[in-house]
Amino acid sequence: MNETLVLMEGIDKSFTGVRALHQCKFELRSGEVHALLGENGAGKSTLMKVLSGVYSKDAGKIFYKGREVEINNPRAAQQLGISIIHQELNLMNHLTIAQNIYIGREPRTAKILLNDDVINSRTAKLFESMHLNLDPRTKVSDLTVAKQQMVEIAKSLSFNAEVLIMDEPTAALTEAEIEELFNIIRQLRAKGVGIVHISHRLQEIKQISDRVTVMRDGQYIDTVITADTTIEKIISMMVGRTIYETSPEIPEQPSDEVVLEVKHLNHKNILKDINFSLKKGEILGFAGLMGAGRTEVARAIFGADPYESGEFHIKGKKVNIRSPREAVAHGIGYLSEDRKRCGLTLGMDVKDNIVLASLRKFLSMIGWVNFSKASATAADISRSLNIKTPSLEQKVKFLSGGNQQKVVIGKWLVADTDILIFDEPTRGIDVGAKSEIYKLLNELTRQGKSIIMISSELPEILRMSHRVVVMCEGRITGILNAREATQESIMKLATQRGGIIATDEISHLTPLAGKA
Amino acid sequence: MKTDSVLKTSLFRKDAMQRLLAFGALIFLFIGFSIASPYFRTFDNMVGILLATAVNGVLALGVTFVIISGGIDLSVGTVLTVSAVMTGVFITNNHFPVWLGIIGGILTGGLAGITNGFLIAKMKIPPFIATLGMLYATKGLALVISELKPIYFNDTPIFRSMAMDSILGKIIPGFEIPNAVLLLFFAAIIANLILSRTILGRYTFAIGSNEEATRLSGVNVDAWKIAVYTLCGLFSGLAGVLIAARLNSAQPALGSGYELDAIAATVIGGTSLSGGEGTILGTVIGAFIISTLTNGLRIMSVPQEWQMVITGGIVILAVYADILRRRNK
Repeated sequence: MNETLVLMEGIDKSFTGVRALHQCKFELRSGEVHALLGENGAGKSTLMKVLSGVYSKDAGKIFYKGREVEINNPRAAQQLGISIIHQELNLMNHLTIAQNIYIGREPRTAKILLNDDVINSRTAKLFESMHLNLDPRTKVSDLTVAKQQMVEIAKSLSFNAEVLIMDEPTAALTEAEIEELFNIIRQLRAKGVGIVHISHRLQEIKQISDRVTVMRDGQYIDTVITADTTIEKIISMMVGRTIYETSPEIPEQPSDEVVLEVKHLNHKNILKDINFSLKKGEILGFAGLMGAGRTEVARAIFGADPYESGEFHIKGKKVNIRSPREAVAHGIGYLSEDRKRCGLTLGMDVKDNIVLASLRKFLSMIGWVNFSKASATAADISRSLNIKTPSLEQKVKFLSGGNQQKVVIGKWLVADTDILIFDEPTRGIDVGAKSEIYKLLNELTRQGKSIIMISSELPEILRMSHRVVVMCEGRITGILNAREATQESIMKLATQRGGIIATDEISHLTPLAGKA
Repeated sequence: MKTDSVLKTSLFRKDAMQRLLAFGALIFLFIGFSIASPYFRTFDNMVGILLATAVNGVLALGVTFVIISGGIDLSVGTVLTVSAVMTGVFITNNHFPVWLGIIGGILTGGLAGITNGFLIAKMKIPPFIATLGMLYATKGLALVISELKPIYFNDTPIFRSMAMDSILGKIIPGFEIPNAVLLLFFAAIIANLILSRTILGRYTFAIGSNEEATRLSGVNVDAWKIAVYTLCGLFSGLAGVLIAARLNSAQPALGSGYELDAIAATVIGGTSLSGGEGTILGTVIGAFIISTLTNGLRIMSVPQEWQMVITGGIVILAVYADILRRRNK
């Protein structure tokens, strides 16, 4: 125990002139969970990619168990016993679990022939030791994100990894799945594995880690013992200034005017009799475990996915929405959880992204795009949302996660949408930018917009929502007022299988349409 | 035990669907043409279909590997040409022993393949562009090497008879199926073994499924990509030898456009152009569908230009059926 496994010193790394790491150091001991913290772009992932051989360092030294080592490729790291689980899961979806775990080191006969029975039984043994109930022959594409993560961990363990680096492992998991993950992390720690845990979620780090190293702007700031340090202290180390984790403001009461009402929305096994209403100026939180059907509700309302039956009423009028185009025409905007894939055209600049959904507005009589008008609108939006970009011509892929999110919000503001559906609005966004997004959401409701906010982070749901819709297995299991919503009450509903609606808040479900 | 059987049947079902669909289409075509034309169902015509499939089928085997790996090879048709021409140069012009000439022809294809692989894996040229360049280069080289003239194999009649005689006919009298057809099935079995049982096959799928993840797993992706294109080149070379033997000559202007038939056969057979999915059996069935269609339409005296239109429709229909199947999953 507590032997130093990894020591990194004076690490420098640049990418085509941009300095990503400068004189960084890091120490990992066996049997510890070491959290690596910093805002987006602080260099956490880069430092760990250097350690795991994905990037080669420009300068500095790495010691492994006291011996200086050169780690030039992922395989070299694996052979030393250093494994990394990347933020974007790195699995081959078309292959089975076992084929994924043993990729690159399949047992072979005569150098070229494969034997899948061997890897299947080895994988089964591995799962047994992890108390996981999975068939090694399942195709990875058939697994949930959480299960895919378990496969990645199993893969690391199969290397007899002594160092396990996890880059934001909880970003896509629900609270229950995170607990499952932490159990496995604790098991590994007890076995003496050194674990690096990169995360934005401070509560989580408090809960699981022994020590914390903070990085900022590519530089090492400090390493502290988690138990002796407050969250406020950690945050101030991250941002380099003291900011107060703002206490949730009590949101202004929304008006009673109902802007959207969803009635009896059904789709196969995925959505079962969904009923709820959204008021003007309200933030309606959608909580639930992964796979509860929250995103599916959003996509159905937005016309992105088909549904079997159901009615939508907008401002008391029954409308028919079968495609995103119709949804936008009715003033509904959807901000996907997967910004990079569904929300932005990364290769285009800020200005173009902002006006993309409403180019029609900028057309002249003969069909030219009026670019100066578009630019002016984009500039207005950029200013009012406080988008931090060197210029409007900056390509969106070079912006930070928080600013990208603002660009998506800006896009829907230009499109004149009154109902905005946010799916995980702060996923992958650092602490500083998060509170800005929150402020922005509050500002939007003050302007009379209505917001549906899907989130897997309960503190976020509790902080922002006027009311909380809780879903489980495709049903709404309860709708709570901000007053009565607590982590416990939400979790209880979120795990309430069988779908008994057991709350007197049911009266909120069906306010009369046409009040508007 | 129980999960075992459940899993096997479900796996079988999923993978088998497209093959079943393609196979059903093939049967449908056979029945349709048989009813429409008595000549279609004669033994001689069946042999004709089989022979026509042999060359395109062997080409498509190589293309299947490339497409599963997430790439594309547009040069297989003209690599076939240059391989045929080189076989002629070896055997007729330079009087090599026939077996050596054959190996030389196949290796010519391999050389083109390895070049493709190098351009794509090491020089990072997109597969479409790299193999488009190779298409032009080999097309020209075939003309240069042959000096624009066909090379005949009249001095070595054994070369033609290797492909066109029938070993099977000697064993089962009356069942005179040319060796070229046996070669297709033999090559398909080898290809299937490589794809499903060897490390090369596994990495072909892995690279097509997620190249970056494969690289990060410590697999030498560049080397395996080169191997995939080389294998494709070797199959093209084999197809070149086959067509030379069948025609008893190396025709320097033949082969352009064959790559499209090969890609079509692969796609009809259910190989996904986005990589990661595909089977050899599917490709073979796809190749049979194309030659059956061409043969049947010709017998029914549909003009050649309309045959092309119909083939185009079939390719689009096959891919659409595949998309529908995925959506329902």
